[in-house]
Amino acid sequence: MNNMGQAIHLKKEILVRIIKAFLSDDFERQARLIPYDMRPKGMEVPYRCCVYKERAIIKDRTIAGLGFPIEEDDETVSLSDYAKQALERTQISDKNLTVLQTACKGCSTNRIYVTDLCQGCVARPCQSTCKFGAISIINGRSVIDDTKCKKCQMCVNACPYKAIVKISVPCEDSCPVGAIKKDETGFASIDYDKCINCGRCTAACPFGAVHERSQIIDILKAIKSDKKVIAMIAPSIIGQFPGNIYQLKTAIINSGFDDVYEVAQGADITANTEAKEFTGRMEEGQNFMTTSCCAGYNQLIKKHLPEIKPFVSDTKTPLYYTAEIVKKEHPDAITVFVSPCVAKRAEGFENPNVDFVMNYEELGALFIAKKIQILDMEESKYIVESSKQGRNFGYSGGVAESVKKSLKDEDSIKPCIINGLNKDSIKQLKKYATSGVCEGCNLVEVMCCEGGCIGGNATINNQKTAKKLIDNFTQNSEDISKI
Amino acid sequence: MAKVEVKVCLGTTCFVMGGSNLQELNDIIPQKYGDKVELSAANCLGLCSINWEYSKAPYVKVNEEVVSEATVEKVLEEIDKQLGN
Ligand code: SF4
Ligand code: SF4
Ligand code: FES
Repeated sequence: MNNMGQAIHLKKEILVRIIKAFLSDDFERQARLIPYDMRPKGMEVPYRCCVYKERAIIKDRTIAGLGFPIEEDDETVSLSDYAKQALERTQISDKNLTVLQTACKGCSTNRIYVTDLCQGCVARPCQSTCKFGAISIINGRSVIDDTKCKKCQMCVNACPYKAIVKISVPCEDSCPVGAIKKDETGFASIDYDKCINCGRCTAACPFGAVHERSQIIDILKAIKSDKKVIAMIAPSIIGQFPGNIYQLKTAIINSGFDDVYEVAQGADITANTEAKEFTGRMEEGQNFMTTSCCAGYNQLIKKHLPEIKPFVSDTKTPLYYTAEIVKKEHPDAITVFVSPCVAKRAEGFENPNVDFVMNYEELGALFIAKKIQILDMEESKYIVESSKQGRNFGYSGGVAESVKKSLKDEDSIKPCIINGLNKDSIKQLKKYATSGVCEGCNLVEVMCCEGGCIGGNATINNQKTAKKLIDNFTQNSEDISKI
Repeated sequence: MAKVEVKVCLGTTCFVMGGSNLQELNDIIPQKYGDKVELSAANCLGLCSINWEYSKAPYVKVNEEVVSEATVEKVLEEIDKQLGN
C-alpha cells in the first residue's frame, strides 16, 4: 500500500475499534487499549521508529475519532478519560478538523532550495532573475536568503541545470484559500476564519495528519437511547458501498437506525425551486445565477467571496429540505446526515434540523464493527422514490442538468460548470461577481470538489467507478417533474 | 497450462477497507495476462470475520493463496509468482 493508502487504512481501522469499544461492555477500558491492541508488545513496527511512538500516534488519531481536537491534548489525559468525556458531552464543536501535529515533523517547510546540482556557473541566471535580491553567491554556489525570498519561483525556472527546487508542503499547496499553514514551530494549523472545510488538506497530507473530528460516539449514544434516529443519505452514496441503495437502507437500519431517507428527495425540491428562481431572475434581467447546494461553496461565499452573493440562488440545499421533511414527520427524532465530505459538517452544524453528520468512512466502519454484509440484505423501499436527476446531484454537471430538466423550456438554460474550487476557479468566480456577467452562460453550477460530491474527501470508491455505478442505477429512475 | 483464478472480495468489509480501489484490476488483468488469468468478484470470502481480521482487509484470493491488505501491485506480484514469471 502506498503511504496515503496506509494512512486511510489506519484511520478506518481506528474508527472500527472505537465503535467496537463503544459497543462492548467497557467502553472506557477498551478505548484506552486501542493503541496497545493495534501495536502489541513485541510486534514488528510497521512505520516508525519504535512501538511507543506508533502507539502515541494511534492515540492521537483515536482522540480525533472520539471527536476531540488533537492540538489541545497535553498527553496527561488518557483515552479512557476522553471516552468518558465523549459519553458525557452534549454538544459538538464547529471546528471540524484537527491536525496530528507530531506527523508534521517529517514534513519540510515550504521554501525554495538550492540543491547540490548548482554548478556555480558564471552566468548566474538565478541571481539576475530574482527581483528581490534574495540570491547571493557564497563559496561559488547560490544561496537563498529565506527572509527576502518571496517564493515566486523565477529562479527555479531560470536555472538551466534545474538545480533549484520548490519544496512544497502538501497541505498548504492543496488549500485553495490559504487556511492551513505550517508555522515557525514546524506544525501545521488551520485558521478557521478562513477555512471553507473543503477537506482537500485531509486528502493531501501524505501522513494523513489532518483528521475530521468524528461525531460517531454522539451518534452511537443517540442510537442507544430510546430516541428515534433517522439517517439521511446523500445522493453521492450510490456506488460507495456494495449492493444498491435499497439493500443499503436495510443495512443502515440493521446497524441501529430507525429509518432512512434519501437526500435526493430534497434534491428534487432544490432543482424545482431553483428552476423557478432562475426563470424569475432572468426575467428581471440578471445576467447569471449560481447554484447554492454545495456546502464548501457556501462557506467560500461567506468567508471570501461576499461580492457574489447577489448572484447566488436563494434556494436551499437538498439536505435542508430533506431534514425539514424528516423533522416535520418525526418531530422527536434525531437526524443524522450521511455525508461525502467535511464541508457538510459545517452546514449540519448551522442547521437546527440536522443533529449529526457521519461520513461514508464512518458508516463503513459501523458496518464492519457490526459485521453487516450489505449484499446479504433484503431490499427496503423508500417512502418517497427520488428522481433520476435528484439522484444525479452528486457529480459535477448533475445539478445544472436537474435544473434544466425541471424547466419546460430547457433551452433557456445555458449552464457552465465550476468543477472544483481552486485558486483559479475562485478568481474566475470573483470576475463574474465584479463584472456581473458570465459570458455565454446564465447558470453557473459550482461544486467545491473536483468531480462533485463523488470526489468528496470521505468517499470510499474511486470517482470513475462511482460515476459509472450512479449512471447504471439512475437510468431506471423516473425523470424529475417539471415546474 | 491451468488458468490462474483471481477472486477479488467485494464484501462490505473489504470494500470499505480499500477493496474499491481493486476494481482497477478489471482493466489491468485482461490487458496484461489475456486469458491466462480469470478474474471474478466475490461476496465476503469469510476471511474478515475470522478472529476479527478486518484490519487485514481487503482480501484477494489468487488460486488458493490469500493476499491480505491487498493492493493492485501485491495482487499482480502474486499472479506473476503463480504463473512462474
Ligand atoms: S502535509 Fe501539512 S499536515 Fe501533513 S505532515 Fe506536512 S505539514 Fe503536516
Ligand atoms: S479544509 Fe480546505 S479550506 Fe480548510 S484548511 Fe483544509 S484545504 Fe484549507
Ligand atoms: S468482506 Fe472480504 S472477506 Fe469478508
